[in-house]
Amino acid sequence: MKLLNLKAALVSTLLLALFVGIWYAATLPAGGTVGTTAGMTAEQIEYARMMGKDAGTQKSSGFPTPGQFFATMTQQLANPFYDNGPNDKGIAIQLAHSLGRVALGFLLACIVAVPLGFVIGMSPLLQRAFDPFIQVLKPISPLAWMPLALYTIKDSSVSGVFVIFICSVWPMLINTAFGVASVKREWLNVARTLEVTPLRKAFRVILPAAAPTIFTGMRISMGIAWLVIVAAEMLVGGTGIGYFVWNEWNNLSLTNVIFAILVIGVVGMLLDLFFARLQKLVTYVE
Amino acid sequence: MPVANAFLKVENLAKSFALDRPVFAGVNFTLGRGEFVCIIGHSGCGKTTILNVLAGLDQASEGHVFMDGRELDGPGLERGVVFQSHALMPWLTVRRNIAFAVESRWPDWNRARVDEHVRTFVEMVGLGAAIDKKPSELSGGMKQRVGIARAFAIQPKMLLLDEPFGALDALTRGTIQDELMAIVRETRQTVFMITHDVDEAILLADRILLMSNGQDTASGYVPGGIAEVVANPLARERTRAGLHHLAGYYELRNHIVDFLVTRARAGSR
Repeated sequence: MKLLNLKAALVSTLLLALFVGIWYAATLPAGGTVGTTAGMTAEQIEYARMMGKDAGTQKSSGFPTPGQFFATMTQQLANPFYDNGPNDKGIAIQLAHSLGRVALGFLLACIVAVPLGFVIGMSPLLQRAFDPFIQVLKPISPLAWMPLALYTIKDSSVSGVFVIFICSVWPMLINTAFGVASVKREWLNVARTLEVTPLRKAFRVILPAAAPTIFTGMRISMGIAWLVIVAAEMLVGGTGIGYFVWNEWNNLSLTNVIFAILVIGVVGMLLDLFFARLQKLVTYVE
Repeated sequence: MPVANAFLKVENLAKSFALDRPVFAGVNFTLGRGEFVCIIGHSGCGKTTILNVLAGLDQASEGHVFMDGRELDGPGLERGVVFQSHALMPWLTVRRNIAFAVESRWPDWNRARVDEHVRTFVEMVGLGAAIDKKPSELSGGMKQRVGIARAFAIQPKMLLLDEPFGALDALTRGTIQDELMAIVRETRQTVFMITHDVDEAILLADRILLMSNGQDTASGYVPGGIAEVVANPLARERTRAGLHHLAGYYELRNHIVDFLVTRARAGSR
């Protein structure tokens, strides 16, 4: 097992090296074709100069090289908390804004989805009654709600939170309802023969029995929320990692865009790991 | 058993899922206080339904059940149930599983008192060393012991066992049968138990109810019911090891097996 892990780590490192290598090769300054004026007439040289293919300048593809990227990354990571006004903030500040919105929207979704899912899961009638609404609302891209949110809420930042809420709520709702509905009958029978009160039954039997399914729903919701926050912030602007990406695109600073992409990936992975850990805590073996 | 001191009285019980074809009908029997009664019959005859009605988990289509002179309505703490599938909560340890039952029975007990009570009953079934283990870490026999301890821990007036040893291997089954018999004799517990195992019934029961399946006969459908009540003539101090040496054992065994083979569902196959 340990050996396997070691081998896997080795292969991962090789893959990374290969990737950086290809990147490096692909962004090498193009030399060969441009830059030689030998055999060209004066008119042809003039033409080439007008087309921007000046023999004197080193023309690169414009895409940042690994070296440029690492320089930007170290610079960004060395000072993540600076704040030079609305369009120039450190990466940590942008991340904090995004995480704050996600946390708020996610929390609101938990508050709504878990109790509602519980009630739906307990009642076959409500399950059927809610089903068409859930089925229609679930596949809607959360960003489609944005105009409606902006119009009604009239605050771009709160609208962002709303979008996170609306995309987090469905997986949690569906999973909670499913988890509660599929609690084993024998455990409920035990509770019945012991004359357990409804509230105690809900918290001591149904909730622990459904917890793994509920946490799976939360993990899915968090994954979706982190996907959506980037797009939402690109749309509403102001702060956040999504806005940062868009802003750096407008600045044509591709190194910063690449850096932001990497940060989004790493943070998403950490969030997922956190929820996987929570899930493991409540999972039981039958 | 005279009806006068009947502790549990079942009157004219019937259950039908399809109209005019009740699974069983006209089921009457009584249980005396401290009596151990087994019910034996083929699958589908409605044994489990009867037990579930007694437990309050299921409703009969017709008939009444009285316990201690009062009609039963719904489940209750005065009846302990041992489920076929042990029904332990897998997220709780043995201690917490039994404590859940004890706390339900005596909500005003403090922690220490609950724990002491739990410990007593865990040790009664010989699982003191495994008290802080989760059910998934226990063998099938140990899980069923925990189920038995949980049912005894609430000190019910009557114990209902739904084929509790059905899923166990023969060796484990024998050991737990001995344990159960010892505990029941000691606590003078009233027990109603479902079994498929003739020897188990002969070993444990004071009386054995033989149940027949519903049958289609020439004169129409005959619902299932209790065909015969066999009193166990063997001495109450019998043991599993010595059972087959007792006078009358083979007669009793043959009688029950004959019933199961020939009468229990004649005409259905």
